[in-house]
Amino acid sequence: MMKNVIEIANLRVVRGGREVLPDLTVSVPAGQVVGLLGPSGSGKSTLIRAVVGVQVVESGEVTVLGEPAGSPSLRRRIGYVTQSPSVYDDLSVRANVRYFANILGAPASATDEAIEAVDLTSHADSLVGRLSGGQRSRVSLAAALVGDPELLVLDEPTVGLDPVLRRDLWELFNRLAAQGRSLLVSSHVMDEASRCDRLLLLREGQILADDTLPALLVRTETDDAEHAFLSLIDRAEEAAR
Amino acid sequence: MNAHRTLFTAGRVLAQLRADHRTIALMLVVPCVLVGLLAWIFNDTPVFDGIGAALLGVFPFVVMFIVTSVATLRERTSGTLERLLTTPMGKGDFMLGYALAFGVMAVLQALIATGFAVYVCGLDVAGPLWQLVAVAVLDALLGTALGLLASGFARTEFQAVQFMPAFVLPQFLLCGLLVARDRLPDVLHWVSDVLPLSYAVDAMKSVTTSASPGADVAGDAAVIGLWVLVALVLGSLTLRRRTA
Repeated sequence: MMKNVIEIANLRVVRGGREVLPDLTVSVPAGQVVGLLGPSGSGKSTLIRAVVGVQVVESGEVTVLGEPAGSPSLRRRIGYVTQSPSVYDDLSVRANVRYFANILGAPASATDEAIEAVDLTSHADSLVGRLSGGQRSRVSLAAALVGDPELLVLDEPTVGLDPVLRRDLWELFNRLAAQGRSLLVSSHVMDEASRCDRLLLLREGQILADDTLPALLVRTETDDAEHAFLSLIDRAEEAAR
Repeated sequence: MNAHRTLFTAGRVLAQLRADHRTIALMLVVPCVLVGLLAWIFNDTPVFDGIGAALLGVFPFVVMFIVTSVATLRERTSGTLERLLTTPMGKGDFMLGYALAFGVMAVLQALIATGFAVYVCGLDVAGPLWQLVAVAVLDALLGTALGLLASGFARTEFQAVQFMPAFVLPQFLLCGLLVARDRLPDVLHWVSDVLPLSYAVDAMKSVTTSASPGADVAGDAAVIGLWVLVALVLGSLTLRRRTA
């Protein structure tokens, strides 16, 4: 088994004339839930888009599962969930998930399993357009799970969900990692850090920290991720002065 | 390209349409209403027999152009297209899936509109009726293919809808319905020789006026078919896996 599922070297991305990622080098280990945390506008989505190979990049290398990001052979091995739910509002939950299952060549049983995994079995025949925002984002997640990917790349999958559902989804992510899959999950909610095996703290396109939460707390002498993040920002600004 | 993914995509597009009863009704009823209106306007004159069939070719083209360009634009703005392009889905699978789904709708539309024109409005058709239907379906496919292409250049729904007059009206003015194409000024005649809708109208005219129009219709159909193919290929080039 490979050590790192994602390796990024000197990645530079410019969007709309703005340098979103100036020069980013980082790697994501296999078999873990890695949290990509940072405020909105820090470059999380851009980094995620570069990993799944839909982002035009200026320079640098992004290697995913041993191949350049965006390689055709990766399309079956990565599950990508965009920040806003990308599913069809005018189809039922089941029709949506089944369509993606068919496109990915997943077995027939995978559809109901994926719907079960995101706890939408009771809504399987509802039109997605009639569901709440949180339910729709879970449909979007089910459409990625259904292909049984080795690597799941999730852009803010828990935003707007109630605490119980958030806990359930993080348990699902931890379970998937325990089964040997790798996950890169972005969030701007710092208290989700405790759910991750490892953290990447991103601010203004720079990685402020790449560590486990306990090690980070020890290093910054703080007792939660939010304060650790603030302390790192203060230190970085002091160093710059 | 993969036949399974094309068929699943066509099935998915049709399932989406099935949920939208009003759109289906509009696609099937509006051409009949317009044909009926035209027959009524030119009541007791030979005009309807002259242009009725040609319009049977124009309606499916216009309707499918609009429906397709909006549908694909929705797919772009909702993020589903970006997502599909991170899966094994080929660009050609996507385009053909749409063409196939709207092709099915086109067959329905052509059967109903042609039946209405001939049996209710009394349109005189000298040639075989099935050729009228076949050309109408081909025109609808042309509308679908050009709609897919046009949506590649539209960033918003407003732009997509504006492409209808931009892509469609010039063809309508030059296709020979208003002024016979050989009476157009030279330059416009050459332009009309290139535009696909001219061939649709020519084919429809041949079917209504000649008892055995087979060869003429086949020639026109070949040109339209070529346009469909070119538009689909160009349209699939506007699908980008990577965007800024």
